[in-house]
Amino acid sequence: MRWFIIRRLIGLVLTLWIVFTVSFLLMRAVPGGPYSGGRNLPREIEENLKHRYRLDLPLWEQYVIELKNVATGNLGLSMRLLDFDVNQVIAQGLPISAALGILALWFAITLGLSAGIVSALYRGSGADLVLMSLATVGIAVPSFVVAGLAIMLFVFVIPIFPAAGWGSVRQLILPAICLGSVYAAEIARISRTGMLDALSQDFVRTARAKGLSHVTVALKHALPTAMLPVVSYLGPMAAGILTGSVVVEEIFAIPGLGWHFVQAALARDYSLAMGLVLLYTFLLYTLNFLVDVSYGILDPRVEPK
Amino acid sequence: MSAGAGSDFLTKRFHDEQMSTVISTDVSEMRPVVQTKGFSLSQDAWRRLRRNRMAMVSLVTIIAIGVLAFLTPLLPLAPPDKHHTDLQYESPTLTPLFSKTFDLDWTSIETAPDRMAEVRQQFLATSNPDRRKMNREQENILLRPYREAGFPDVGLVSRWMIRMRYRLFGEWTLGPIGGRDEFGRDVFSRVFWGARISIVVGIVATLVSIFIGVTYGALAGYIGGWVDDIMMRFVDILYSIPFIFVVIFIITILSENTIKTRLGEWGIDRITIFYFVVGAIYWLTMSRVVRGQVISLRNEPFIESARAVGANQSRIIIQHILPNLLSVVIVYLTLTIPRVMLFEAFLSFLGLGVEPPDVSWGLMANEGIKVITPVKIYWWLIVFPSAALAITLYALNFLGDGLRDALDPKLAARKA
Repeated sequence: MRWFIIRRLIGLVLTLWIVFTVSFLLMRAVPGGPYSGGRNLPREIEENLKHRYRLDLPLWEQYVIELKNVATGNLGLSMRLLDFDVNQVIAQGLPISAALGILALWFAITLGLSAGIVSALYRGSGADLVLMSLATVGIAVPSFVVAGLAIMLFVFVIPIFPAAGWGSVRQLILPAICLGSVYAAEIARISRTGMLDALSQDFVRTARAKGLSHVTVALKHALPTAMLPVVSYLGPMAAGILTGSVVVEEIFAIPGLGWHFVQAALARDYSLAMGLVLLYTFLLYTLNFLVDVSYGILDPRVEPK
Repeated sequence: MSAGAGSDFLTKRFHDEQMSTVISTDVSEMRPVVQTKGFSLSQDAWRRLRRNRMAMVSLVTIIAIGVLAFLTPLLPLAPPDKHHTDLQYESPTLTPLFSKTFDLDWTSIETAPDRMAEVRQQFLATSNPDRRKMNREQENILLRPYREAGFPDVGLVSRWMIRMRYRLFGEWTLGPIGGRDEFGRDVFSRVFWGARISIVVGIVATLVSIFIGVTYGALAGYIGGWVDDIMMRFVDILYSIPFIFVVIFIITILSENTIKTRLGEWGIDRITIFYFVVGAIYWLTMSRVVRGQVISLRNEPFIESARAVGANQSRIIIQHILPNLLSVVIVYLTLTIPRVMLFEAFLSFLGLGVEPPDVSWGLMANEGIKVITPVKIYWWLIVFPSAALAITLYALNFLGDGLRDALDPKLAARKA
């Protein structure tokens, strides 16, 4: 287990380094630095500025300096937002995105799991058919389509939710549902299969033979085994919710990280975009790591590698 | 999976029936019965796929969408980029179903070759001809009639189809049965034209990724040893990079004006970049699967026999290993295309993918969502492109699942 953690940490550092290097090189490949647009500065002043910000050094020296900065957690200044450095943007956006993401995750898991369990227990019934058809539709429909339809339906036709913005819990519900729906569908399918597998195993038969009630057998004996494939799906799901939040935050105008990322990309704010890419890499890697660890705890037979 | 037991029984019975029909036809033709003649894996897979009704419906749907998308210029639809600002946001209507509004400047199409030759001569007469400028002017002459009719820049085949359409249907055009958008463009027609781009993007980017993935995975699996170790460790690292963000980052940087014009001179636009960037991402899973398959194949007796009878390396790879990879490649092809299409829609939705005057489903959905207002809902702007996208993705996913079940080597082994 210790080796597993150490190897993963090395992997994390390597991954962040690769992402940093590629984005650094790409950024420097763009002709014209931050001072070339807009007003024409006298040559001497421009050179002084470049000297001040070390843009006159050879590329590899800039790279080393920048790498040191990033390694100590200083992601630099935003190139477009006045008076903001990248760390401040993250400090503002991260809690908002986290709230949205956790709500979406919770929604996907509760809805997906209950749908999966119900359709496994009543396999072949009408409920099973309806739930699984809904799940297949849910998987094929991208989140921005769900969002568009949901806005039309729940904001304008049946006005129960506010259209966009950020501040109250009510404004968070609709985005979270749009973000989580695809994953709820996926979890429903996975947990149904897992549950059916578990229900056909010997220990479940034994539990039934002991005379336990249906509910106890399903929830206490079969469910933990059925959960395993769901847990291994949590990694990709967390990644999907992270990326999906970009679109959903954009549609609902929620000032989270995803929204900032798109704005930064569209406004060519490279330093902010690069900082956010690094942050996303870090988050994704950590989430996957946590999922692997929890998988090892849930199923002792699995040796983490 | 869930219906495993039942379908296994059915498959078996079906298989027996097939065998018996083969035998009986053979008998009726009075030929000796070849008892040992079995089905090849692909025949077998095709049989199984044909019995999967959802997969077959999906296959037919996909073929229909593909054919319609290909033939779009031939259909009597309104041109996708024809502006009618006076008819902004007209809602879907069935009356009149057809009207005589299509307008193609036939004479300027017919005289285009002559005028192009003229331009060419003018340029070549000068001492130092600027070929780039000449090509641009020739292109303008060639494309102008189509642009004026309201088509985006289209290739040779599509231009021929547009001319055929003019000959076939004349000025008749289908009315705005899907409504009109912000600029009064026909939404229904734009959905058709959008299909062309969405599908081409999906296929080309997937082919790029398949090419990279198969080569990489097959090499790693075939060489084995520490090379394999390093190659796969590299894939592991790439797996943990959130590529969507990196791609957005790369695309923004490459669409910087100076870089864009420079790339444009080489004929590289954002779509081309997209093909390669996406192709360079989605190969990861493919390479893992192919590597696993190659490793298990390498130790199979039939490879050993081939080696024993003196087949050389390249013959073994081409004749024996590649055909056995085909099934996994086909399955991943059908499962990757919808993911790539979704990604294209996602990027176009954010305004980082397809650029006007080209149109794709993601771009259309974005335009629809942008104009949602409390006063009026233009539902047709969202519903039609979304439905097209959802149906295509749905069918592709189903077909991919069906193919995987049909080609699953475990199932095949069970039947042997």
